[in-house]
Amino acid sequence: MLDRLVDTFFNWQVMSEYLPKIVEGFVITIQLALAVVVSGIACGLVLAMVRSFRMRPVNFLIIGVVDVLRALPPLVIIIMFYFALPTVGIKMSAFVATWLALSLVLAAFSEEIFWAGILAVPKGQWEAARSTGLTFLQTLRFVVMPQAVRITIPPLTNRTIAITKGTALGAVVAVGEILYQAQTAYSFSYNPSPLTMGAIAYLILFIPVVYFGRWVETRFAWKR
Amino acid sequence: MDLLISSFFNLDILEQAWPFLLAGFWMTIKLTLVVVPLGVAGGLAVALLTTMRSRIVKWLVVIYVDFFRAFPPLVLLMFIAFGLPFLKIDLGAFGAVAVAFLLNTSSYYGEIFRAGIESIPRGQYEAARSTGLSAVQTMAYVVIPQATKNVIPDLISNTLEVVKLTSIASVVALPELLFAARQAQSVTYNATPIIAAGIIYLVCLWPLVRLLSRFEHRQIALH
Repeated sequence: MLDRLVDTFFNWQVMSEYLPKIVEGFVITIQLALAVVVSGIACGLVLAMVRSFRMRPVNFLIIGVVDVLRALPPLVIIIMFYFALPTVGIKMSAFVATWLALSLVLAAFSEEIFWAGILAVPKGQWEAARSTGLTFLQTLRFVVMPQAVRITIPPLTNRTIAITKGTALGAVVAVGEILYQAQTAYSFSYNPSPLTMGAIAYLILFIPVVYFGRWVETRFAWKR
Repeated sequence: MDLLISSFFNLDILEQAWPFLLAGFWMTIKLTLVVVPLGVAGGLAVALLTTMRSRIVKWLVVIYVDFFRAFPPLVLLMFIAFGLPFLKIDLGAFGAVAVAFLLNTSSYYGEIFRAGIESIPRGQYEAARSTGLSAVQTMAYVVIPQATKNVIPDLISNTLEVVKLTSIASVVALPELLFAARQAQSVTYNATPIIAAGIIYLVCLWPLVRLLSRFEHRQIALH
């Protein structure tokens, strides 16, 4: 029994053969994840700041787009970008489709979180800052955002981690990340050891991230 | 504009695809009705285990929760759907999805319930016990109801994510909404079914998103 278990899930021969592929996937997963985090959060931050100008039509547009991105499953968005958009002449690679979809989803969630953070800064802070002669933008930049960002860190970290794990969804449109490599190797070798390797690769990548999330949560604990 | 309408909002195609989409939609609902209660029950069990005195139990629960939070759900699903049959454990697509979701979502729900239980002051336990309730009764009638009420926004938020996540079942060929849409797309060579599926998700989940953003603003404003 144990022999069969090892032979099936930890087959040394299969594992050593496909290790380079998994490492290749590991690198692509990291690239994709970093790209998503940077563009998603930056975009969300900009959207939240634009929203603070309280221009009605712009805000309705932001709320509408954010709601759509929060209601649709990320996999559906990836598939729309990769399989539906080419039919109207908009083509992109699988990597770009996955990056764009996940970035937009993260932008939507982080916009909501940053906006809630901006709302949490008391009105008196705005008034005091403006009365010292700061402009609207200076107030936003030097008084409101530093306070808003601080309280948004724990929810933002958790959401970012959850969306970053979504990079595995890229496997569905054949982005050469960990899961795709593992799945391809599995179907070539007809042995699930590559899947085990893939799983281990994800754990190596994400367990530190989960622990970082826990640390952030206690470090910036919300006072309820 | 015409191209857009004929590729994304083609009514003839929609008419052909509709029965598939409807069948897929029901499967998504069925799946949701199975995985959400399972996840909530599993999460409650996980959270209750963390209240135990035993250090070993606590450690095991932390390892369980962190392990499954670090694992992308799609990876877990593939492992269960494609790996386990080699051990002669074949759960079928629906079973594999149910087990993967139980493992994944119970750790998220578990963290939420744990936060809820920790938010209940010590005095509530002492007061309940002093009225003669047993430890189990105290948990069931005093602590858990209040704990749940305190974390309702998080529970709804996580449930929204779980419903959206059911779309990954398409990868193991469970004929839910996304799978049906992709099949219809490959048969008709037209993207309308996928757009339609997106609209169905949107119509069903948008009210939840609105509700949540209200909760979130209130929660941070109270901070």
